[in-house]
Amino acid sequence: MRVSFIVNGASETADDVWEGESLLYVLRERMGLPGSKNACEQGECGSCTVYLDGTPVCACLVAAGQAEGRQVRTVEGLAEGDRLAPIQEAFVEAGAVQCGFCTPGLLVQAHDLIERRPDPSDAEIREALAGNLCRCTGYEKILDAVRLAARRKAAI
Amino acid sequence: MEFLQPATWEEALDAKAEHPGAVPIQGGTDVMVELNFDMRRPAVLLDLGRVTELTGWDPAGDRLRVGAGVPYATVIDALGDRLPGLAQAARTVGSPQIRNRGTVGGNLGAASPAGDSHPPLLAGDAVIEVESRRGIRMIAATDFYRGVKRSALEPDELIRAFWMAPAAGPQYFSKIGTRNAMVIAVCSFAIALYPEERRVGTGIGSAAPTPLRATAAEEFLARELDWDAPLDEAVAREFGALVAAAAAPIDDVRGTAGYRRHALSVMARRTLTWAWRDHLGGTGRSGRGAA
Repeated sequence: MRVSFIVNGASETADDVWEGESLLYVLRERMGLPGSKNACEQGECGSCTVYLDGTPVCACLVAAGQAEGRQVRTVEGLAEGDRLAPIQEAFVEAGAVQCGFCTPGLLVQAHDLIERRPDPSDAEIREALAGNLCRCTGYEKILDAVRLAARRKAAI
Repeated sequence: MEFLQPATWEEALDAKAEHPGAVPIQGGTDVMVELNFDMRRPAVLLDLGRVTELTGWDPAGDRLRVGAGVPYATVIDALGDRLPGLAQAARTVGSPQIRNRGTVGGNLGAASPAGDSHPPLLAGDAVIEVESRRGIRMIAATDFYRGVKRSALEPDELIRAFWMAPAAGPQYFSKIGTRNAMVIAVCSFAIALYPEERRVGTGIGSAAPTPLRATAAEEFLARELDWDAPLDEAVAREFGALVAAAAAPIDDVRGTAGYRRHALSVMARRTLTWAWRDHLGGTGRSGRGAA
Protein backbone atom coordinates (compact mmCIF):
# COMPACT_ATOMS: atom_id res chain seq x y z
CA MET A 1 0.00 0.00 0.00
CA ARG A 2 0.98 3.64 -0.32
CA VAL A 3 1.64 5.65 2.84
CA SER A 4 2.07 9.43 2.98
CA PHE A 5 2.78 11.64 5.94
CA ILE A 6 4.71 14.76 6.92
CA VAL A 7 8.24 14.09 8.17
CA ASN A 8 10.19 16.95 9.69
CA GLY A 9 7.98 19.40 7.85
CA ALA A 10 8.22 17.77 4.42
CA SER A 11 5.60 15.63 2.74
CA GLU A 12 6.90 12.09 2.11
CA THR A 13 5.37 9.10 0.37
CA ALA A 14 6.36 5.45 0.35
CA ASP A 15 4.98 2.83 -2.03
CA ASP A 16 4.68 -0.93 -1.72
CA VAL A 17 4.58 -0.73 2.04
CA TRP A 18 3.59 -4.05 3.64
CA GLU A 19 0.44 -3.59 5.74
CA GLY A 20 2.12 -4.88 8.90
CA GLU A 21 5.24 -2.75 8.43
CA SER A 22 6.29 -0.40 11.20
CA LEU A 23 6.68 3.35 10.93
CA LEU A 24 10.31 2.78 11.94
CA TYR A 25 10.99 0.56 8.93
CA VAL A 26 9.37 3.05 6.56
CA LEU A 27 11.43 5.92 7.99
CA ARG A 28 14.73 4.05 7.85
CA GLU A 29 14.45 1.84 4.80
CA ARG A 30 12.07 3.74 2.52
CA MET A 31 12.51 7.42 3.38
CA GLY A 32 16.26 7.50 3.97
CA LEU A 33 16.01 8.64 7.59
CA PRO A 34 18.24 6.25 9.56
CA GLY A 35 18.51 8.50 12.63
CA SER A 36 15.86 6.54 14.53
CA LYS A 37 17.52 3.27 15.48
CA ASN A 38 16.17 -0.23 15.14
CA ALA A 39 17.08 -2.51 18.03
CA CYS A 40 14.49 -4.36 20.07
CA GLU A 41 11.37 -3.99 17.87
CA GLN A 42 9.20 -4.39 20.98
CA GLY A 43 9.20 -1.00 22.67
CA GLU A 44 11.78 -1.99 25.28
CA CYS A 45 14.76 0.15 24.29
CA GLY A 46 13.37 3.52 23.15
CA SER A 47 16.05 3.98 20.47
CA CYS A 48 13.36 4.48 17.78
CA THR A 49 11.54 7.24 19.67
CA VAL A 50 9.98 9.85 17.35
CA TYR A 51 7.25 12.43 17.71
CA LEU A 52 3.91 11.38 16.21
CA ASP A 53 1.59 14.40 16.10
CA GLY A 54 3.72 15.95 18.83
CA THR A 55 3.74 12.93 21.17
CA PRO A 56 6.84 10.75 21.68
CA VAL A 57 6.21 7.16 20.64
CA CYS A 58 8.22 4.08 19.74
CA ALA A 59 8.21 4.10 15.93
CA CYS A 60 8.62 0.30 15.95
CA LEU A 61 5.17 -0.04 17.56
CA VAL A 62 3.30 2.20 15.12
CA ALA A 63 1.96 0.51 12.00
CA ALA A 64 3.00 2.58 8.99
CA GLY A 65 -0.62 3.03 7.93
CA GLN A 66 -1.45 4.52 11.31
CA ALA A 67 0.86 7.44 10.46
CA GLU A 68 -1.03 8.21 7.22
CA GLY A 69 -1.55 11.98 6.97
CA ARG A 70 0.03 12.62 10.35
CA GLN A 71 3.03 14.67 11.48
CA VAL A 72 6.23 12.79 12.29
CA ARG A 73 9.33 14.45 13.72
CA THR A 74 12.52 12.44 14.02
CA VAL A 75 15.94 13.20 15.49
CA GLU A 76 16.86 14.55 12.03
CA GLY A 77 14.23 17.25 12.57
CA LEU A 78 15.43 18.57 15.93
CA ALA A 79 18.18 20.83 14.58
CA GLU A 80 17.41 23.99 12.64
CA GLY A 81 19.66 23.79 9.62
CA ASP A 82 23.22 23.63 10.95
CA ARG A 83 22.20 24.82 14.39
CA LEU A 84 21.81 21.95 16.82
CA ALA A 85 18.89 21.99 19.23
CA PRO A 86 19.91 22.90 22.80
CA ILE A 87 19.43 19.30 23.91
CA GLN A 88 21.77 18.10 21.15
CA GLU A 89 24.45 20.66 22.09
CA ALA A 90 24.14 19.62 25.71
CA PHE A 91 24.64 15.93 24.86
CA VAL A 92 27.84 16.82 22.99
CA GLU A 93 29.17 19.08 25.74
CA ALA A 94 28.32 16.76 28.62
CA GLY A 95 29.89 13.74 26.92
CA ALA A 96 26.54 11.97 26.95
CA VAL A 97 27.33 10.11 23.73
CA GLN A 98 29.57 7.10 23.40
CA CYS A 99 28.56 4.56 20.75
CA GLY A 100 25.64 6.81 19.83
CA PHE A 101 23.07 4.10 19.22
CA CYS A 102 20.62 5.14 21.94
CA THR A 103 21.27 8.85 21.40
CA PRO A 104 18.57 9.66 18.80
CA GLY A 105 15.81 8.19 20.96
CA LEU A 106 17.12 9.84 24.10
CA LEU A 107 17.32 13.19 22.30
CA VAL A 108 13.71 13.07 21.16
CA GLN A 109 12.47 11.91 24.54
CA ALA A 110 14.56 14.49 26.44
CA HIS A 111 13.55 17.20 23.94
CA ASP A 112 9.91 16.47 24.79
CA LEU A 113 10.62 16.52 28.53
CA ILE A 114 12.18 19.98 28.57
CA GLU A 115 9.45 21.32 26.28
CA ARG A 116 6.82 20.19 28.78
CA ARG A 117 8.82 20.69 32.01
CA PRO A 118 11.22 23.60 31.75
CA ASP A 119 12.82 22.80 35.12
CA PRO A 120 12.58 19.04 35.59
CA SER A 121 13.62 17.41 38.86
CA ASP A 122 16.04 14.48 38.75
CA ALA A 123 13.14 12.15 39.49
CA GLU A 124 11.21 13.59 36.54
CA ILE A 125 14.22 13.18 34.24
CA ARG A 126 14.68 9.57 35.33
CA GLU A 127 10.99 8.85 34.87
CA ALA A 128 10.90 10.46 31.42
CA LEU A 129 13.94 8.47 30.25
CA ALA A 130 12.95 5.16 31.90
CA GLY A 131 12.07 3.67 28.51
CA ASN A 132 15.39 4.53 26.85
CA LEU A 133 18.21 2.05 27.34
CA CYS A 134 21.87 3.04 27.13
CA ARG A 135 24.61 0.41 27.53
CA CYS A 136 27.66 2.70 27.43
CA THR A 137 27.57 5.82 29.56
CA GLY A 138 25.73 4.59 32.61
CA TYR A 139 23.21 7.44 32.31
CA GLU A 140 24.97 9.93 34.61
CA LYS A 141 26.28 12.04 31.74
CA ILE A 142 22.92 11.78 30.02
CA LEU A 143 21.29 13.20 33.15
CA ASP A 144 23.95 15.95 33.18
CA ALA A 145 23.09 16.78 29.58
CA VAL A 146 19.36 17.03 30.26
CA ARG A 147 19.97 19.25 33.31
CA LEU A 148 22.30 21.46 31.24
CA ALA A 149 19.82 21.79 28.38
CA ALA A 150 16.97 22.56 30.78
CA ARG A 151 19.07 25.25 32.53
CA ARG A 152 19.97 26.87 29.23
CA LYS A 153 16.44 26.76 27.98
CA ALA A 154 15.24 28.41 31.19
CA ALA A 155 17.83 31.17 30.79
CA ILE A 156 16.64 32.12 27.29
CA MET B 1 -2.60 -8.56 4.52
CA GLU B 2 -5.34 -5.99 4.34
CA PHE B 3 -5.18 -2.72 6.29
CA LEU B 4 -8.59 -1.29 7.16
CA GLN B 5 -8.90 2.18 8.59
CA PRO B 6 -12.49 2.99 9.55
CA ALA B 7 -13.14 6.67 10.26
CA THR B 8 -16.10 6.11 12.58
CA TRP B 9 -17.33 3.56 15.12
CA GLU B 10 -20.15 2.53 12.74
CA GLU B 11 -17.61 1.82 10.00
CA ALA B 12 -15.48 -0.12 12.46
CA LEU B 13 -18.45 -2.33 13.42
CA ASP B 14 -19.21 -2.94 9.74
CA ALA B 15 -15.59 -3.89 9.09
CA LYS B 16 -15.49 -6.29 12.04
CA ALA B 17 -18.79 -7.88 10.94
CA GLU B 18 -17.40 -8.41 7.46
CA HIS B 19 -13.98 -9.59 8.68
CA PRO B 20 -14.45 -11.37 12.04
CA GLY B 21 -10.82 -12.53 11.89
CA ALA B 22 -9.51 -8.96 11.65
CA VAL B 23 -7.08 -8.01 14.42
CA PRO B 24 -7.92 -4.63 15.94
CA ILE B 25 -4.94 -2.33 16.47
CA GLN B 26 -5.01 0.85 18.54
CA GLY B 27 -1.79 1.84 20.33
CA GLY B 28 0.01 -1.09 18.69
CA THR B 29 2.08 -1.82 21.79
CA ASP B 30 1.06 -5.50 21.76
CA VAL B 31 -0.03 -6.12 18.17
CA MET B 32 3.07 -4.61 16.55
CA VAL B 33 5.37 -6.75 18.72
CA GLU B 34 3.60 -9.83 17.37
CA LEU B 35 3.92 -8.57 13.78
CA ASN B 36 7.57 -7.54 14.18
CA PHE B 37 8.46 -10.98 15.54
CA ASP B 38 6.46 -13.01 13.01
CA MET B 39 4.29 -14.38 15.81
CA ARG B 40 1.10 -13.36 14.04
CA ARG B 41 0.08 -12.84 10.43
CA PRO B 42 -3.59 -11.82 10.44
CA ALA B 43 -5.30 -11.51 7.07
CA VAL B 44 -6.75 -8.17 8.11
CA LEU B 45 -5.47 -5.43 10.40
CA LEU B 46 -8.24 -3.15 11.68
CA ASP B 47 -6.78 0.21 12.72
CA LEU B 48 -9.06 1.90 15.26
CA GLY B 49 -6.78 4.92 15.60
CA ARG B 50 -9.08 7.18 13.56
CA VAL B 51 -12.24 6.31 15.49
CA THR B 52 -12.60 9.45 17.57
CA GLU B 53 -15.55 8.02 19.53
CA LEU B 54 -13.08 5.73 21.29
CA THR B 55 -10.79 8.43 22.64
CA GLY B 56 -13.22 10.31 24.85
CA TRP B 57 -14.85 9.75 28.24
CA ASP B 58 -18.13 10.93 29.71
CA PRO B 59 -20.05 10.72 32.96
CA ALA B 60 -22.75 8.07 32.55
CA GLY B 61 -25.08 8.30 35.52
CA ASP B 62 -22.97 7.68 38.61
CA ARG B 63 -20.20 6.08 36.58
CA LEU B 64 -17.59 7.11 34.03
CA ARG B 65 -17.72 5.65 30.53
CA VAL B 66 -14.15 5.63 29.24
CA GLY B 67 -13.49 4.95 25.56
CA ALA B 68 -11.39 1.91 24.73
CA GLY B 69 -8.90 4.09 22.85
CA VAL B 70 -7.96 6.37 25.76
CA PRO B 71 -4.20 5.99 26.29
CA TYR B 72 -2.68 5.28 29.71
CA ALA B 73 -1.10 8.75 29.76
CA THR B 74 -4.60 10.25 29.66
CA VAL B 75 -5.90 7.84 32.30
CA ILE B 76 -3.14 9.15 34.56
CA ASP B 77 -3.41 12.87 33.75
CA ALA B 78 -7.13 13.35 33.22
CA LEU B 79 -8.81 10.54 35.16
CA GLY B 80 -6.35 9.86 37.97
CA ASP B 81 -8.37 11.86 40.49
CA ARG B 82 -11.51 9.76 39.89
CA LEU B 83 -9.92 6.39 39.06
CA PRO B 84 -6.81 6.38 41.29
CA GLY B 85 -6.33 2.60 41.38
CA LEU B 86 -6.38 2.35 37.60
CA ALA B 87 -4.13 5.39 37.30
CA GLN B 88 -1.58 3.82 39.66
CA ALA B 89 -1.58 0.69 37.50
CA ALA B 90 -1.29 2.82 34.35
CA ARG B 91 1.83 4.50 35.79
CA THR B 92 3.55 1.10 35.94
CA VAL B 93 2.88 0.26 32.29
CA GLY B 94 6.02 0.17 30.14
CA SER B 95 7.62 3.57 29.58
CA PRO B 96 6.32 7.07 28.81
CA GLN B 97 6.39 6.22 25.10
CA ILE B 98 4.31 3.09 25.71
CA ARG B 99 1.87 4.95 27.97
CA ASN B 100 1.38 7.56 25.24
CA ARG B 101 0.07 4.84 22.91
CA GLY B 102 -1.14 1.85 24.92
CA THR B 103 -4.77 1.73 26.03
CA VAL B 104 -6.99 -0.03 28.56
CA GLY B 105 -9.07 -1.25 25.61
CA GLY B 106 -5.98 -2.89 24.14
CA ASN B 107 -5.13 -4.45 27.48
CA LEU B 108 -8.65 -5.93 27.58
CA GLY B 109 -8.44 -7.10 23.98
CA ALA B 110 -5.14 -8.88 24.61
CA ALA B 111 -6.52 -10.33 27.89
CA SER B 112 -3.08 -11.28 29.12
CA PRO B 113 -3.22 -12.46 32.74
CA ALA B 114 -0.32 -10.04 33.38
CA GLY B 115 -2.06 -6.95 31.97
CA ASP B 116 -1.74 -4.10 34.48
CA SER B 117 -5.27 -2.72 33.99
CA HIS B 118 -7.08 -5.87 34.99
CA PRO B 119 -6.67 -5.92 38.80
CA PRO B 120 -7.98 -2.35 39.29
CA LEU B 121 -10.82 -2.98 36.81
CA LEU B 122 -11.82 -6.03 38.88
CA ALA B 123 -11.46 -4.27 42.23
CA GLY B 124 -13.37 -1.27 40.86
CA ASP B 125 -16.39 -3.29 39.65
CA ALA B 126 -15.74 -2.26 36.04
CA VAL B 127 -18.10 -3.28 33.28
CA ILE B 128 -16.86 -3.72 29.73
CA GLU B 129 -19.07 -2.41 26.90
CA VAL B 130 -18.64 -4.43 23.72
CA GLU B 131 -20.57 -4.02 20.50
CA SER B 132 -21.19 -5.75 17.20
CA ARG B 133 -23.77 -5.43 14.46
CA ARG B 134 -25.84 -7.81 16.64
CA GLY B 135 -26.00 -5.31 19.47
CA ILE B 136 -24.34 -4.08 22.64
CA ARG B 137 -23.30 -6.31 25.55
CA MET B 138 -22.29 -5.08 28.99
CA ILE B 139 -19.88 -7.62 30.51
CA ALA B 140 -18.77 -7.41 34.12
CA ALA B 141 -14.97 -7.52 34.38
CA THR B 142 -15.34 -10.66 36.52
CA ASP B 143 -16.97 -12.41 33.53
CA PHE B 144 -14.71 -10.95 30.86
CA TYR B 145 -11.52 -12.96 31.37
CA ARG B 146 -11.93 -16.55 30.19
CA GLY B 147 -8.44 -18.02 29.91
CA VAL B 148 -4.85 -17.17 29.08
CA LYS B 149 -5.22 -14.39 26.50
CA ARG B 150 -8.87 -15.34 26.01
CA SER B 151 -11.84 -13.11 26.76
CA ALA B 152 -15.63 -13.14 26.44
CA LEU B 153 -15.31 -11.07 23.26
CA GLU B 154 -16.96 -12.70 20.21
CA PRO B 155 -15.17 -12.55 16.83
CA ASP B 156 -17.50 -9.89 15.43
CA GLU B 157 -17.36 -7.70 18.55
CA LEU B 158 -15.19 -4.71 19.37
CA ILE B 159 -14.53 -3.17 22.77
CA ARG B 160 -16.22 0.22 22.93
CA ALA B 161 -15.54 1.39 26.50
CA PHE B 162 -15.26 0.43 30.12
CA TRP B 163 -17.62 1.73 32.78
CA MET B 164 -16.44 2.36 36.28
CA ALA B 165 -17.65 4.48 39.18
CA PRO B 166 -15.31 7.16 40.51
CA ALA B 167 -13.52 5.87 43.60
CA ALA B 168 -15.88 5.59 46.58
CA GLY B 169 -12.89 5.29 48.90
CA PRO B 170 -9.15 4.66 48.90
CA GLN B 171 -7.72 2.55 46.08
CA TYR B 172 -4.25 1.07 45.65
CA PHE B 173 -2.33 -0.97 43.10
CA SER B 174 0.88 -2.87 43.78
CA LYS B 175 3.06 -4.76 41.34
CA ILE B 176 6.15 -6.92 41.65
CA GLY B 177 8.79 -6.59 38.96
CA THR B 178 12.53 -6.81 38.64
CA ARG B 179 12.85 -3.05 38.30
CA ASN B 180 10.63 0.02 38.35
CA ALA B 181 10.13 0.59 34.63
CA MET B 182 9.42 -1.57 31.62
CA VAL B 183 8.46 -4.72 33.47
CA ILE B 184 5.76 -7.28 32.98
CA ALA B 185 4.25 -8.05 36.37
CA VAL B 186 5.56 -11.09 38.23
CA CYS B 187 2.29 -10.63 40.06
CA SER B 188 0.11 -7.67 40.98
CA PHE B 189 -2.74 -6.74 43.25
CA ALA B 190 -5.39 -4.02 43.42
CA ILE B 191 -7.67 -3.03 46.25
CA ALA B 192 -10.67 -0.68 46.40
CA LEU B 193 -12.48 0.29 49.58
CA TYR B 194 -16.21 1.02 49.55
CA PRO B 195 -16.65 2.53 53.03
CA GLU B 196 -20.36 3.29 52.67
CA GLU B 197 -21.10 -0.27 51.63
CA ARG B 198 -18.70 -1.64 54.20
CA ARG B 199 -16.94 -3.83 51.63
CA VAL B 200 -13.62 -4.19 49.82
CA GLY B 201 -12.96 -5.05 46.16
CA THR B 202 -9.86 -6.94 45.02
CA GLY B 203 -8.07 -7.89 41.83
CA ILE B 204 -5.20 -10.33 41.34
CA GLY B 205 -2.93 -10.12 38.29
CA SER B 206 -0.39 -12.48 36.77
CA ALA B 207 -0.96 -15.28 39.29
CA ALA B 208 -3.57 -17.47 37.54
CA PRO B 209 -4.65 -18.21 33.95
CA THR B 210 -6.87 -15.12 34.17
CA PRO B 211 -6.95 -11.99 36.31
CA LEU B 212 -9.38 -12.69 39.14
CA ARG B 213 -11.03 -11.41 42.28
CA ALA B 214 -10.18 -12.90 45.65
CA THR B 215 -13.79 -13.49 46.57
CA ALA B 216 -13.25 -15.37 49.84
CA ALA B 217 -10.83 -12.66 50.97
CA GLU B 218 -13.43 -9.97 50.17
CA GLU B 219 -16.13 -11.86 52.11
CA PHE B 220 -13.76 -12.27 55.05
CA LEU B 221 -13.15 -8.50 55.20
CA ALA B 222 -16.86 -7.72 54.84
CA ARG B 223 -17.41 -9.89 57.93
CA GLU B 224 -14.41 -8.95 60.05
CA LEU B 225 -13.54 -5.30 59.43
CA ASP B 226 -14.54 -2.74 62.03
CA TRP B 227 -14.77 0.34 59.81
CA ASP B 228 -14.39 2.80 62.67
CA ALA B 229 -11.36 1.20 64.30
CA PRO B 230 -7.67 0.89 63.47
CA LEU B 231 -6.84 -2.08 61.27
CA ASP B 232 -6.43 -5.31 63.24
CA GLU B 233 -3.08 -6.78 62.18
CA ALA B 234 -4.38 -10.32 62.45
CA VAL B 235 -7.22 -9.43 60.06
CA ALA B 236 -4.74 -7.92 57.59
CA ARG B 237 -2.54 -11.04 57.76
CA GLU B 238 -5.49 -13.38 57.24
CA PHE B 239 -6.63 -11.22 54.32
CA GLY B 240 -3.17 -11.67 52.78
CA ALA B 241 -3.36 -15.43 53.27
CA LEU B 242 -6.80 -15.62 51.65
CA VAL B 243 -5.65 -13.54 48.67
CA ALA B 244 -2.66 -15.86 48.22
CA ALA B 245 -4.99 -18.85 48.43
CA ALA B 246 -7.25 -17.42 45.73
CA ALA B 247 -4.41 -17.37 43.19
CA ALA B 248 -3.45 -20.32 40.99
CA PRO B 249 0.07 -19.33 39.95
CA ILE B 250 2.59 -21.27 37.89
CA ASP B 251 6.38 -21.41 37.83
CA ASP B 252 7.72 -19.50 34.84
CA VAL B 253 10.64 -17.33 33.76
CA ARG B 254 9.42 -14.38 35.83
CA GLY B 255 8.95 -16.21 39.12
CA THR B 256 7.88 -19.36 40.90
CA ALA B 257 4.37 -20.18 42.05
CA GLY B 258 5.52 -20.13 45.66
CA TYR B 259 7.09 -16.70 45.30
CA ARG B 260 3.96 -15.35 43.66
CA ARG B 261 1.73 -16.61 46.47
CA HIS B 262 4.02 -15.11 49.10
CA ALA B 263 4.29 -11.80 47.26
CA LEU B 264 0.51 -11.60 46.86
CA SER B 265 -0.04 -12.08 50.59
CA VAL B 266 2.40 -9.25 51.29
CA MET B 267 0.92 -6.92 48.66
CA ALA B 268 -2.62 -7.62 49.88
CA ARG B 269 -1.68 -6.86 53.50
CA ARG B 270 0.26 -3.72 52.55
CA THR B 271 -2.32 -2.25 50.19
CA LEU B 272 -5.05 -2.84 52.77
CA THR B 273 -2.87 -1.11 55.37
CA TRP B 274 -2.27 1.90 53.10
CA ALA B 275 -5.95 2.10 52.16
CA TRP B 276 -7.00 1.82 55.80
CA ARG B 277 -4.68 4.65 56.77
CA ASP B 278 -6.38 6.85 54.13
CA HIS B 279 -9.82 5.65 55.21
CA LEU B 280 -9.26 6.61 58.85
CA GLY B 281 -7.49 9.78 57.79
CA GLY B 282 -10.70 10.67 56.02
CA THR B 283 -9.03 11.64 52.74
CA GLY B 284 -11.16 9.09 50.93
CA ARG B 285 -8.62 9.10 48.17
CA SER B 286 -5.32 7.39 47.51
CA GLY B 287 -2.38 9.63 48.20
CA ARG B 288 0.51 7.40 47.22
CA GLY B 289 1.89 6.28 43.90
CA ALA B 290 2.20 2.65 42.93
CA ALA B 291 4.87 0.61 44.67
